[in-house]
Amino acid sequence: MAASMNLSVHRLAVLSQRTVISTFLNVSCRSGCRWRTSPGRCFSEGVEDRSTHFGFETVSEAEKAKRVYKVFENVAQKYDVMNDAMSLGIHRLWKDILLHAMHPQPGARLLDVAGGTGDIAFRFLDYVRYQRERQRLRAAQSSRTRSWQDGSDDDVTEDEPRASTAVVCDINLEMLKVGKQKADSMGISSGLSWVVGDAEELPFFDDQFDIYTIAFGIRNVTRIDQALQEALRVLKPGGRFMCLEFSKVTNPVLASLYDAYSFQVIPVLGEVIAGDWKSYQYLVESIRKFPDQEEFKNMIEDVGFCRVQYSNLSAGVVALHSGFKL
Amino acid sequence: MWLRSCHLFTRQRRYSINSKALCVHQLHTGHPQLTHSYYEGLYPGHIHTTPLQKALLAVGSGVAALQNPYRHDMVAVLGETTGHLALINLRDRMRNDPEGYLVLTERPKIRLSTLDLKNMAGLPDGSFGREYLRFLEDNNVTPDSRAEVKFVDNEELAYVMLRYREVHDLLHTLLGMPTNMLGEVAVKWFEAAQTGLPMCTLGALLGPLRLNASRFQTLLTSLGPWALQNGRRARCVLSIFYERRWEQSLEDLRSELNIEPPPVSFPKKKNT
Repeated sequence: MAASMNLSVHRLAVLSQRTVISTFLNVSCRSGCRWRTSPGRCFSEGVEDRSTHFGFETVSEAEKAKRVYKVFENVAQKYDVMNDAMSLGIHRLWKDILLHAMHPQPGARLLDVAGGTGDIAFRFLDYVRYQRERQRLRAAQSSRTRSWQDGSDDDVTEDEPRASTAVVCDINLEMLKVGKQKADSMGISSGLSWVVGDAEELPFFDDQFDIYTIAFGIRNVTRIDQALQEALRVLKPGGRFMCLEFSKVTNPVLASLYDAYSFQVIPVLGEVIAGDWKSYQYLVESIRKFPDQEEFKNMIEDVGFCRVQYSNLSAGVVALHSGFKL
Repeated sequence: MWLRSCHLFTRQRRYSINSKALCVHQLHTGHPQLTHSYYEGLYPGHIHTTPLQKALLAVGSGVAALQNPYRHDMVAVLGETTGHLALINLRDRMRNDPEGYLVLTERPKIRLSTLDLKNMAGLPDGSFGREYLRFLEDNNVTPDSRAEVKFVDNEELAYVMLRYREVHDLLHTLLGMPTNMLGEVAVKWFEAAQTGLPMCTLGALLGPLRLNASRFQTLLTSLGPWALQNGRRARCVLSIFYERRWEQSLEDLRSELNIEPPPVSFPKKKNT
């Protein structure tokens, strides 16, 4: 209780600071980041009073959180298999594209929210390991041009001050368990930690992470704006927010094919492979309820991110949104 | 009928099949409410499916069931998606039988909660109830392990399907078959002859492939023909109000149903 009060007080302080800054500074970001404050959303009011959507159904906000938890608890064991089956393996390409856009450097700290089974975190660790190898190789090659003594000194000073770490945060314990099992079977132990936490109220202090990612998770969050605010809070200044999420297909022919596939095939796959029709029905419905690319971009800008841009993957089936905290 | 016209006028996409259900809900309540579970379907657990989805389910569940025969839910889905005509036939047969008609109207359900186990255990040996209980104990099964019906688009036919599943265990007792592979195949042959459900026919054709040579021989020579003959000439097993016949002797019930005792007797201890 005290912690949430502290967070709320803190948020008030930050918001008031921002309003002061915005009135006196002329912030010029190319994509027009706004310092608008959202009215009074920090304080938790009665969540039972407000209604939201759970797929095509209307439910209270508390109900939604519970039901989303149930969905992922049910699908956790077969989550990866289902992802491969539903997207025909293409989800791996989407996640690889995210990593390449991220281009993390050794020493970066990643927070992967709704990271469940750890796909992004594993890729991140592989990527920075590869980058580090390349750096070492380059350093070794460049040191050969100098004298042997100087070269070795440079190597010592250029040694990485800090190892890259990835924190996987998810509200659902079952998903984290599956992720942890995967990590153990892959033999990854260092640089990875698993934290149970709510995207709307992250259990981290401010200004902690270089990169915040949320891949195919933000549409399941009850209050998306709150999750975005939390993302802004925990990122360091200069930190990057990246979000992979299903979005609107622009081409109408492809859109109808995609709809047919989503509603006809995916729940059937859910029933046959995972024995759970309803969870996958929810999944495809929740994609339809999520804001489209432009609207989501505006939401990210409203919270305070700068240089927000998005790129469509697979003709708009997936959109990669990115913004910076400056 | 008004469901269909509602569907035509709804602005939701053609393929969002839940528009039908949502529409009905809105008509009932007047405006979208904060509901815990919105109008699911024709009966609890019902999921609306288009013909394409049923076809995909039939193929997918068939493949899944063949790959992993322990996936009883897939066998159940296969039965539901392919059994429409057979279910109609079964229901009509039940309607034409006075006791079957009673079953259809009173809708009894065989669940551990509805069975009086103490009473049944006190019944004399050779009575139907006592033998059924013995069958449950010997084979370590429970009547509550039946999957619920999801994809049958008619409430009465869904009950017929559920009744068929519940009666399956009772059939084991009536036919004197254990739950090993040979026993299950024999029961499937009987059911295929009786009900005509495609899932039973498929199970009857593919099940023997998993038997070893000697059991296959037994099936072909004695058990199989016996099961088929009795399946054809027996009274419809779904029409019997079993819940009121626990005290009846097994032999008596068999003769009433026109079922001969099994030609092969199995050892009483459980096969692993």
